[in-house]
This record gives sequence, structure tokens and C-alpha cells, in this order.
Amino acid sequence: MDLDFKLDVAPNVLMALAGVFTILLLASVIVAVLKARNPQKDYNELVLRVRSWWVMASIFSLAMIITRDLTLIFLGLVSFLALKEYLSIIPTRRADRRVLFWAYIAIPIQYYWIHEQWYGMFIIFVPVYLFLFIPFRMILIGETKNFLHAVGTIHWGVMTMVFSISHVAYLLALPDNKNPAAGGAGLVLFLIFLTQFNDVAQYTWGKMLGKHKIVPKVSPNKTWQGFLGGVITTTILAVLLAPVLTPMDLKLAITAGLIISIGGFIGDVTVSAVKRDIGVKDSGSMLPGHGGILDRIDSLTYTAPLFFHFIYYFYY
Amino acid sequence: MSILFRFLYYGIFIRLVVLFFLGLNVRQRQRLPMQGPAILVSNHNSHLDTMVLMTLITRHGIPLPKPVAAADYFLRNPLMRWFSTKVVGILPIKRKKDHAKEDLLQPVYEALEQSEILIFFPEGSRGEPEKLAELKGGIAKLAEKYPQVPIVPIWMYGLGKSLPRGEALLVPFFCDVFVGESLFWQGERKVLIEQIRHSLSTLEQQAGRLHDEDLW
Repeated sequence: MDLDFKLDVAPNVLMALAGVFTILLLASVIVAVLKARNPQKDYNELVLRVRSWWVMASIFSLAMIITRDLTLIFLGLVSFLALKEYLSIIPTRRADRRVLFWAYIAIPIQYYWIHEQWYGMFIIFVPVYLFLFIPFRMILIGETKNFLHAVGTIHWGVMTMVFSISHVAYLLALPDNKNPAAGGAGLVLFLIFLTQFNDVAQYTWGKMLGKHKIVPKVSPNKTWQGFLGGVITTTILAVLLAPVLTPMDLKLAITAGLIISIGGFIGDVTVSAVKRDIGVKDSGSMLPGHGGILDRIDSLTYTAPLFFHFIYYFYY
Repeated sequence: MSILFRFLYYGIFIRLVVLFFLGLNVRQRQRLPMQGPAILVSNHNSHLDTMVLMTLITRHGIPLPKPVAAADYFLRNPLMRWFSTKVVGILPIKRKKDHAKEDLLQPVYEALEQSEILIFFPEGSRGEPEKLAELKGGIAKLAEKYPQVPIVPIWMYGLGKSLPRGEALLVPFFCDVFVGESLFWQGERKVLIEQIRHSLSTLEQQAGRLHDEDLW
């Protein structure tokens, strides 16, 4: 077949995206059926949640299909929105206004290294240079009250919302020839889809079978049954998707599934602990039915760097 | 021509700044009046305050409310006059009387009679970030003359962090907007001022509970 224009993604990625939208369609149908069967029950939250999924999946897919750079910009915006949510809910000091400005400036810089495919800089810019720069910038202002607390919270935010999330983007900067099936875009889709699927799976298994609390002090709704159910379903899905989207064989696919499902759980409860410490339930209200953007990408802050370095070690 | 600028200003520029760079978390949005006449009263810490309030009530992307603002400042030259009245859409009032019998609120009466939604900052000028200053009395005079017009108290938290007085560098923070219940004239000016003050400080406490450890 002759195409007049060339898409930036492999056919396998398009197939997988079609699969994602089939699942969303299914979810919408299920919600509609539930609503029709129990008209007296309030499904508003669920309806909003599915609607937000449609919006997120559509924007993300469009960016992925059009160009690599658009996906980088999209992920940079995710980092920006997440960092802004985080810096808005944590206690900050007036003296740090200009320091926080630099935390934001780190986002375009970090994504620029990725655009340039400069791995060495990408991997040390935030953990080394920014880590050293932020306290220095604070010293120029000179406020020492709560200095350590401010340095710590700001750096944790940048590490999580910028450094961690930017690992998703670096998957796109990896050479395509190492993953002939689907290229970097395939790895991104594998990671994001499984991370989000794992969230839903853990929640669903927990709702159905949940009994024994796993971290009652941090997240009282999380159960062992939900966690293990999620780990098993996500790992099975990882094995099924690996040949379509990644270069991994069975053994590595199982490991990747375990990394994403277990890592996703830890990311989720870590952000829960932060929110509990601050005393908020949701990080924001950007995504109706979900809460803030940070509530949606909490798992990704762990799975992105973990999956990236796993695949990077074995294939690149 | 002015309509085009008005659309570019509100439809694109203000939306980008308020909804993307800052971002709003609006509590009790349903308490906002969707048509005039009505008076919004809010705390004032930042140049961003008016921008945020203007995005809360819109029709086809164009805001319905008019901020009541000082004529001597906003109409100080022809360009400012054009921008303030045609693009931003302020309702200018004078701060000093030309003669003893002049009622400075006359333009406000006219606007309310035309069912406009007006924005008032009863603290006067921008104060300390996230702190409520003493309220001025003009609002009570209006309520007495128009007892059926609802007065809607609104507390905004975060804008004094994003762009405080005396700073030119905008640092993004989400803005929490708390909308209070409508207040009406109860027969005495002091009572109304006290009601507004009480409502604003209740909303301030709600915001404060979310940010009790901020050092601003």
C-alpha cells in the first residue's frame, strides 16, 4: 500500500492504540449498561472518570501519532502540571519564589537534553546539577529558617515530577533499530498502558476481593488481594503485549510486568503518603473523576525510571 | 476592532495565563451568579485577581463581569483608556469629588440598573499576600440603594504567591477560589460590612486550613 504521508510510529503501535480505544469503548458501554440497570444509583464519578480517560488517551495518542517532538512537549507539559500541583499543595516559603521559578525552568532544559538525545546530561542534570544549584540559589536569597525542609521538598518534587517522568520521554530518544517491532513509541505505550492498567486492576481486584489491608496507615483502601490481583493480571498482559511492542522475550517480559505492577503500587502509596502528610485528599481537580494530574501519574513516577533502566540495561 | 482585541485578550491570553500557567480549583462554583445584577466582592493581593475573577463567569469565552476601578489610574492616557474600557472592560469610577454634591458611585448605579455583574475589591488597593485588610464602606451604600442585588463574597488563595505586590516575575501556583453564599442588605450598613468581613474570613480560614504551613 502506498501512503502519501509517513506516520512517525510503527503499525504495531497503531494496533495497540486501537486496542486501548477498544477498551475505552467497552468501559463506556459497561458504564452505560450499569446506569440503565440501576437508574437510582449515582454513577457520576465513574462517568467522569471514564470521560477523563477518553480525553487523556486521545490527546496522548494524537501526540504519539503526529510526531516524536509533540510527544516530548506533551510529556513536558505533564511534568509542568504535576510539579505545579505539587508545589501548590506543599508548604513553601515566600523567600523561595525565585528558587521555585528555577525548578520550573528545569523542565524545558531536561526535555531539551532528551530532544538532543544527550543521555549523559539527561541522567545527571536533575540529580547532580540541579541538586547542587537549588541550595546555592537559596543561599543567594539568604533565608535560613526551614532551609533544609525547603531544599528537601523542592528537590523531591523535581526528581519525581521532572526527572522520573522524563524517563518516559527518553524511551523515544532510544535508537529504533533495537526494537524493530515498534520502536521507542512501542516502549512508551507498553509502559504507560501497563502502569495505568495496573492501577485499574489493583483497584478492581481490591473492590471485588479486598480483605487484608496492606499499608493501613498510609492508604487504608489498599489490600493484599488488590495488590496481588493487579500484579498477576498486569504481568499476564505484559507477556501478551511484549512481542507486539517490545524486543523482550518471555523471561524479561515477566520481569517487566512485575517491575511495573509492584513499582506502580509503591509509587501510588508514596504519593498517598505525601498527600496524607500535607492533609489533602486529592492533589487537584484537573481531571474530573480522578482528582489532580499527580493522582493519575503517581504510579508512573516509579514505573518510568524502573522500566527505563531495566530495558536500557538489557538492550541499549 | 475592539471586540477582536477583547477576544484575543480574554479568549487566548487570559485563558493561557489563568487556566494553564496558574490553574484554578474552584470550590462551590454553583454559588456564582450566572446573570446580573450582582456584585462580586473579593480579597485583593495581586494584579492577577481581576483576571481570575473575570474567567469565572463567561459567555462564549467573553467575561460578563466588570471590575470597578479607579478612573485616575486606569484612564490616565488615551491608550490606557482604550485598553481598560474597551478590552479589559472596567467600570471606571473617580476617587475624588469635583463638587460636594457629586455621587462618585453614579456609574455603578447605572451599571446595576442595566443588570451588570460588578467586581469590587472592598479592601481598596492590593494588600499583604493572603491577608484580609479592613473593608471600605462604598459597598454598603450600594447594598442599601439596591437591596435586591446579591453580594457574592469570593476568597482567592495563591495569587499573592504567584505575583505579589512589587514583583514582576510570575511563578505558577494553583489558585484556590472559594465562593461564599450570597449576602443581602439587612437594614444597616455596619451589619452588611460585618457580614462580608465574616464571610470572607470564613473562606480565608477554609483556604488557610489547606495551606497552614505556608511561610508567606
